[in-house]
Amino acid sequence: MGVARYWREIPARYNLIGKKCGVCGKVYFPPRIVCPKCRRKSIGKMEDYKLSGKGTVESFTVIRVPPPEFEGKSPYVMALIKMDEGCYLTGQIVDCSIDEVHIGMRVEACLRRIQEDGKRGAIYYGYKFRKAKE
Amino acid sequence: MAAIVGYGAYVPRYRIKVEEIARIWGKQAASISSGLYVFEKSVPGIDEDTATISVEAARRAVKHAKINPKEIGAIYVGSESHPYAVKPTATIVAEAIEATPELTAADYEFACKAGTAGMQNCIALVKSNMIKYGMAIGADVAQAAPGDALEYTAAAGGAAFIIGKEGIAEINDTISFTTDTPDFWRREGEPYPGHGERFTGEPAYFKHVMNAAKMLMEKLGTKPSDYDYAVFHQPNGKFPMRVAKKLGFEKKQIEDGLLCPIIGNTYSGSSMLGLAAVLDVAKAGSRIIVVSYGSGAGSDAFDITVTDKIEEYERQGIRKMLENKEYVDYATYMKLRREFE
Ligand SMILES: [Zn+2]
Repeated sequence: MGVARYWREIPARYNLIGKKCGVCGKVYFPPRIVCPKCRRKSIGKMEDYKLSGKGTVESFTVIRVPPPEFEGKSPYVMALIKMDEGCYLTGQIVDCSIDEVHIGMRVEACLRRIQEDGKRGAIYYGYKFRKAKE
Repeated sequence: MAAIVGYGAYVPRYRIKVEEIARIWGKQAASISSGLYVFEKSVPGIDEDTATISVEAARRAVKHAKINPKEIGAIYVGSESHPYAVKPTATIVAEAIEATPELTAADYEFACKAGTAGMQNCIALVKSNMIKYGMAIGADVAQAAPGDALEYTAAAGGAAFIIGKEGIAEINDTISFTTDTPDFWRREGEPYPGHGERFTGEPAYFKHVMNAAKMLMEKLGTKPSDYDYAVFHQPNGKFPMRVAKKLGFEKKQIEDGLLCPIIGNTYSGSSMLGLAAVLDVAKAGSRIIVVSYGSGAGSDAFDITVTDKIEEYERQGIRKMLENKEYVDYATYMKLRREFE
């Protein structure tokens, strides 16, 4: 990941700010400039929309052989999460033993370290998910 | 006037028992635990640092205070474990609570009292009408060399306080006591701190905490029995108990704010987490004295009176949060602390 791209995506990465189509009301995350359903009608009508951070695990997988940048962090759980607003996100599940993760588990977003450019580079923060309190 | 408008606390859920650390080094766990009056300490997750802990505490403070984060005019993060040597933690927090861009922000460093130094600055900015709200955070993921005496206590956690004109607790006054005392330090680029062994007690912690507490009480004409609660910095469980006794406070005044025995020393988070735990249980009219301590060395003392507003404030329940924990063994602890990387 480059610093410039990370910087541009900070609102989405830290605060789950996506876009809501002003025509049909559909919420998009990551943010989109045009609603694929409403096309040209949605131009200029896509508004910032902050997700609640709450969602449900739809599917998950345990990563035991991670990509090089996540070496030393395995095993960890990556999940497909259906957010309460209807969109889908992929994120890591933290603060939860692997046996505890299940389909249908309620989760909430939190801010964690995602990765870093080695010992000298930038540190990238972003959303991960943990078991919701309720 | 200046007051606490809201507070938020966060302690990572992992714990390691003193017993487990003592097992590795062949020490007597029982004598270490009773000597320090610490039984277990918090450990940050592998992807947690001072920035993520600060964000957790800050988000909770904003949520419970029910304020618009855009009205926060200053954010100060006090820590001795900022993730970057150069690049402020405070900007990460400001972005994560959506307080940007109209605010001032900076990181502070003064061993374990950098957070309360930030509180004093927020009080000054609020009183001088420069800002509406200020946020002061004390947070750390404390480092200790494997095998060092500090390993039994160096913990992780933090607390955030929002300061404004009116709120759940009025800050009646604050004073500081500061000298050049080399009791504990960490050199640039060094991963672990060094310390003056026995030098950390009398001429350092006790001298500064006691002088700050006495100066504050003298200035306000108060005595220990005027306070419902007292919070002293907690490098271990013993020091705050001993300093309370020396100053003439009773055990029941310090119990609610004493978290070190079950979470360890959260450094910049320590006295602020203690104050947060007290605000969780305090009633309207409760009077609180808080004295932080930072090696190097200095103490900030605060005299606080809880207001009627506490009754409708939704409190966080820090002790309940601390019950959600998972114990790790020493090898896992080393992995979470990223000692193998
Ligand atoms: Zn649409």
